Amino acid sequence: MLQGSIARRASTPPTVSLARRAYQVRRNALLMAQAQGEGPIGPALGIADILAVSYFHAMRYCADAPQWDGRDRFVLSAGHYALALYAVLIEVGVLPEAERATYGQDGSRLPVVGMERTTPGIEMSAGAPGLGLGVAVGTAMGLRRRRNPATVYALIAGGEADDGATCEAAMAAAQHGLGNLVGLIDVGGAAATGGGDALRSAEALTARWAAFGWQCQRVDGNDINALTAAFDTLRDGPGDQPRALVCDTRPCRGVPFLEARPQRPFMRVEGQEWARAIELLDAGRPS
Amino acid sequence: MRVLESLQSGGTGAPGGQPASALRRPGTTSAMMAALSAEGFATVAAPFADALTALARTDERVIALTGERGAAHGDLGAFARAFPNRLMQMGPADQVLIAAASGLAREGFIPFATTYAASACRRAYDIVATTAIEPPRPLKLMGLLPGFASGAEPTRQASDDIAIFRSLPNLTIVDPCDAEDVAAMVPAIAALDGPVYARLPRGGVPLVLKRYRPDYRFELGKAQLVRDGRDVLVIASGLMTMRALQAAEHLAADRIDVAVLHVPTIKPLDVDTILAEAARGGRLVVTAENHSRVGGLGEAVAAALLRDGQSPVFRMIGLPDAVLDAGALPALHERYGLSAERIVADVKGWLQRHPILGNPGAYPFDVWPDDGARSR
Repeated sequence: MLQGSIARRASTPPTVSLARRAYQVRRNALLMAQAQGEGPIGPALGIADILAVSYFHAMRYCADAPQWDGRDRFVLSAGHYALALYAVLIEVGVLPEAERATYGQDGSRLPVVGMERTTPGIEMSAGAPGLGLGVAVGTAMGLRRRRNPATVYALIAGGEADDGATCEAAMAAAQHGLGNLVGLIDVGGAAATGGGDALRSAEALTARWAAFGWQCQRVDGNDINALTAAFDTLRDGPGDQPRALVCDTRPCRGVPFLEARPQRPFMRVEGQEWARAIELLDAGRPS
Repeated sequence: MRVLESLQSGGTGAPGGQPASALRRPGTTSAMMAALSAEGFATVAAPFADALTALARTDERVIALTGERGAAHGDLGAFARAFPNRLMQMGPADQVLIAAASGLAREGFIPFATTYAASACRRAYDIVATTAIEPPRPLKLMGLLPGFASGAEPTRQASDDIAIFRSLPNLTIVDPCDAEDVAAMVPAIAALDGPVYARLPRGGVPLVLKRYRPDYRFELGKAQLVRDGRDVLVIASGLMTMRALQAAEHLAADRIDVAVLHVPTIKPLDVDTILAEAARGGRLVVTAENHSRVGGLGEAVAAALLRDGQSPVFRMIGLPDAVLDAGALPALHERYGLSAERIVADVKGWLQRHPILGNPGAYPFDVWPDDGARSR
């Protein structure tokens, strides 16, 4: 362990509530998108709870040393989800708050699509959907070979779950018994086509991945308590199966007037609406 | 004119031996699937597996991933027997094959991933481009059955793998000629930090180069003269280096002196050596590749020559920019100009149109466009 660094352990009781962490992640995301004038705010707000539980309840890492070899790896390939990841990395302390305003600008360390060599805490350059899980499979295989007990968390955007490359990777993960791999499938994106489709797709996904051979559980992705319980259940699994949470989330969760708006990859938000959104978020700030 | 005289006199001796197609009934599946024979050379059964096994004994980072049929897929039997837990079977799933290899590379391993060359450059291309190039990872992608390798599936031939992969930055590309090239290539590409795409012949791989140049040794990134000659410079890679050497022997009987420059590394191209050889002047320059004439070795050499201000008389041997025929492979190689017999005939034909090649000062040179009508 590096001297002076802070290593999170899942067993450490939190001094800040998970709900508060999720609120702060949402706030960071809104501030970054506001500075840029636009941003993929839907998924960023939608998965804030998943990220809060991942980073502040489940994962091991070292905020001062994001490359620490014992860290749990968090991988995603849906490029625009980077906004959400930056938001949580700022809360974790890997990225300084001062850089928040540079999101999406030329020369910034926070490009719109996540890039591995540009930003500490970003494990994999994103952009081509569907490839993250395959890389996560290889990473998990490598960790197991090295007898490194770290876990790989792969965040999969809803649409990616239908991608051929993702399905190949899911089957390979089960065939190779990768008990150190956790899939977090966000079906919030599917809600863009209407609530009914989201329900059906979450059901189908859960059944499909269980058929692939994963230990699979469906969970409300915006319910912190349900998420925490689900993560704990995963940890108690048999150990030779990859594990997945199929998470129902609502894009723009936390800002009701945005939640009600028709969902698009880059939400249309007018200038003064950003401030209003932050006000509403602050009004409901958890303790 | 030494060259012209020999052509006018009809030459001495004819190319010997029957093409392998004479041994199989044309139009049958067995004819279509017939591997190209080693045509008189001794062969090594599985040079890649042997070399990978030897490397793995000294370097525990080396692992192998393969597609359908497991160890049999890439002739990896020897490796599978020696290191059963270091060979990962990924099924016929090329996308996760490459993505997982990249993931393993991130964790400090040197993954050798074998798949069909046609899959590597098409289905798996996106995965290579996205996961192994930026930042560069030590992924070693081995493409089986490169070039025009079977007469049974014309749209599934890797006649474009070099062209496709050449466009990727940070990627090293190798097209080995024979069993010794394959064996020496393995540790050389493992020692590179970045990603590599290497064509890989399967089955019995011939031993060729040392027969023509006993002191030949594979060197990654280097083009080497395996045979010198004053009339023609053939710049070749992979299978076509063997064909060029065979053709050179026949042409020597007709007193046509052919040099063969073997270029096993296509990217980065050893431009210095190629330009130096071409600059020696007075020779017909021919490129030869088991690959489309679009985007491969030939066009890479042509671009290098032009940038250097050189414009020799220049011809390209390679597959046409056309859908390939199906049929018995040896007959198809003959049809598309890849056989040794066709190289002999084509070189003679090209020389006949330029009788002044032996006398460079007499007439101005220009670069003639590739004569597409010759490929049927």
